[in-house]
Amino acid sequence: MKRDVDEHTGVETTGHVWDDDLRELNNPLPRWWLTVFYACIAWAIAYWVLYPAWPGIHGYTSGLLGYSSRQSVTSAVAEGAAARADLRQSLVSKPLAEIKANETLYRFATATGASVFANNCAPCHGRGAQGSQGYPNLNDDDWLWGGTLDEIYRTIQFGIRSDHPDTHTTDMPRFGADKLLEPKQIDDAAEFVLSLSGRSSDEVAAARGKQIFADNCAGCHGDMALGNKDMGAPSLADQIWLYGGQKADVRASIHGGRGGKMPAWTTRLNESSVRALALYVASLGGSK
Amino acid sequence: MQDTSVEWRAFMDAMAAGVAVLCTAIGIVYGFGSPDPAMSFHGFVFAAGSIAACAFIIPSMFEGARDTELYFDGPIRFTVIAAVFWGIAGFFIGDVIAWQLAFPQLNLDLPWTSFGRLRPLHTSAVIFAFGGNVLIGTSFYVVQRTCHARMPGKWLPWFVVAGYNLFIVIAGTGYLLGVTEGKEYAEPEWYADIWLTIIWVAYLGVFLGTIMRRKEPHIYVANWFYLGFIVTVAMLHIVNNLAIPVSWWGTKSYVIYSGVQDAMTQWWYGHNAVGFFLTAGFLGIMYYFLPKRAERPIYSYRLSIVHFWSLIFLYIWAGPHHLHYTALPDWAQTLGATFSIMLWMPSWGGMINGLMTLSGAWDKLRTDPVLRLLAISVAFYGMSTFEGPLMSIRTVNSLSHYTDWTIGHVHSGALGWVAMISFGAIYCLVPWLWNRRALYSMKLVEWHFWVSTIGIVLYITSMWVAGIMQGLMWRAYDKLGLLSYSFVETVEAMHPYYIIRAVGGALFVIGSFIMAYNVWRTARGDVPRDAHDQPRVAAAPALRVQAAE
Repeated sequence: MKRDVDEHTGVETTGHVWDDDLRELNNPLPRWWLTVFYACIAWAIAYWVLYPAWPGIHGYTSGLLGYSSRQSVTSAVAEGAAARADLRQSLVSKPLAEIKANETLYRFATATGASVFANNCAPCHGRGAQGSQGYPNLNDDDWLWGGTLDEIYRTIQFGIRSDHPDTHTTDMPRFGADKLLEPKQIDDAAEFVLSLSGRSSDEVAAARGKQIFADNCAGCHGDMALGNKDMGAPSLADQIWLYGGQKADVRASIHGGRGGKMPAWTTRLNESSVRALALYVASLGGSK
Repeated sequence: MQDTSVEWRAFMDAMAAGVAVLCTAIGIVYGFGSPDPAMSFHGFVFAAGSIAACAFIIPSMFEGARDTELYFDGPIRFTVIAAVFWGIAGFFIGDVIAWQLAFPQLNLDLPWTSFGRLRPLHTSAVIFAFGGNVLIGTSFYVVQRTCHARMPGKWLPWFVVAGYNLFIVIAGTGYLLGVTEGKEYAEPEWYADIWLTIIWVAYLGVFLGTIMRRKEPHIYVANWFYLGFIVTVAMLHIVNNLAIPVSWWGTKSYVIYSGVQDAMTQWWYGHNAVGFFLTAGFLGIMYYFLPKRAERPIYSYRLSIVHFWSLIFLYIWAGPHHLHYTALPDWAQTLGATFSIMLWMPSWGGMINGLMTLSGAWDKLRTDPVLRLLAISVAFYGMSTFEGPLMSIRTVNSLSHYTDWTIGHVHSGALGWVAMISFGAIYCLVPWLWNRRALYSMKLVEWHFWVSTIGIVLYITSMWVAGIMQGLMWRAYDKLGLLSYSFVETVEAMHPYYIIRAVGGALFVIGSFIMAYNVWRTARGDVPRDAHDQPRVAAAPALRVQAAE
């Protein structure tokens, strides 16, 4: 048989030709390629000897190192918990005011609280606790349900209108949707509410709204509309508007009522996290 | 050959017409009979496809024309057009969801346009619609040429290509309507799976039938890879999709596995979809088109044998590396990682054989962008098959897992290897199949090459940076043991990289439009603008200028 040699490389081909011109050179396996291939196989075998690898009928080869990923994560978590056990214990057992007074403990609590906040609260309240429409800003000193450390702690524990029995519950009535007020009356009441922060454009309507407010709203929001923390009723005399301060927004609030929700965190987080969170949030804005 | 006799042809016509009529009836029954609106819609789609088939088959029964050509190329032309179409669709949807990740408002708050439905539409469109048509088309082309034999059957190859594309339409519209099995890369529901199984068996039959009637004594290496791909994908598809429908009249089914067994089966499938669909099959393309275009012999026959067998033996074990640090037992994770490491050199065997085949033809890379597409794809293949084993090591995986590094890795393989070699093969095939002297414009190929390459580089590098940053941010904690970053901060940090990625993707989409234009002008028979710049092999075989003796 005639030897078929490639002119360019001087290497023999296998002698087969397909589709007019497809040929194959008869080069050996590249030496480095083969060496690395064997090295990878050796590495794999060494790995099998050291680590859990091959299944059998009863269990599997567990490897010389006795490695187990479950074991390793369990012990790492336990190690981390042990390292901070004292601080965590104090966080749960001491009164909040005492924690605040202890510099080391307070720093630990607020750092923990910041981390818990970022992963649990930030989706609604914002990464800087700045809030957004419907979700209160936690940096200011305006607190719907009270801004003392204990009040904040309680609100976080049980939530707002949550499914926990101890939660804050009061709702604002749906004055329009439930036909408690006529559209005209709602319009007037809204005008009056705007006038409290000096933004009314229709004094006659605002004057009519004053009586409507006194009859329907003052019970919760107070005669001077300064709000009531026991009812979660906000002050309407300032410039802070959770659902928007334009006339249309205020009208919509009166028409459909408002009732934002927050989950009860005591059933979602452990006690040290909830307390840390309370201390952190209180450190942001107010604690009044 | 017996399939040229009048009786045999009449029999095949009757069989084909019978199947088409039967499928029409099944489609109509489901269309009107199913209480499930999605199933009913798919019944009508199936019926429409079958009626179109009847419209082609039945008139031809009375024509009595004979196929005198040695090779059966009609179905291949069909797949080339389909591949170009699905490629554009798949790349475009991919870019849409890339923009959605950067700007979530683009989900438009509609179920049909939400990321959750468009993402499987993208993956299926690029892998199975674009990649699948390229694989079926090139395999039909290559197996006939290298066996010097015509594909068997008058209608069977048509059944394979048309039926496969009908499967894609049913699967894709199903995703938009919310019909899904919920298994990644295997989302189509039970009835689409059954249809694909039938198609795939027919595909295997056509391929094996061609090999069995070959005039060449030896089976060319490309065909080993194609055959490995066809057989293994059949096995993967059937095992992973074993499911029990809730009702024969509804779309919903439940897979028979549960828990960690389901996860393991899914990733055994998922990883080998990469290994056999996107690797073995496309290596088949490389082994034919690269030497053909470079006009050089394959570098090493021995390397091709050793890397073929080691590749297909080792790949099938590597799936568990997708499930590191999960409920999957440690021993299975170890096997997945170690087999992935051992797979490194078998994968590189293909790269070496591809690149070394260019020795003696390196100068052609400067002048022939089609060859350059084929060559750069092999380089990307080498890069991502190095990265893959690296990421399968447990400690590396603890950083990379669930991050966009994985997405970058997949796309260096998908865009760099699979798509680029497909583009190269399509540019070869169009003049060859439509019997043209050259491509319409080599300059446009040059543009396509650079636009796509820049797009890929933007895509991969942004995802590397983003993914590694994301992994590092997730695991960062302070000395009190508290996480340094919240999840939303990691999402925010990704934003600029998501934009870079989406821009890279947009370039890739633009490239595919350039290709579509060039393919259309070439197929239509327009006078090439730069035929003198194109190599001899750009022309259809019958039109090639003979090299000087």
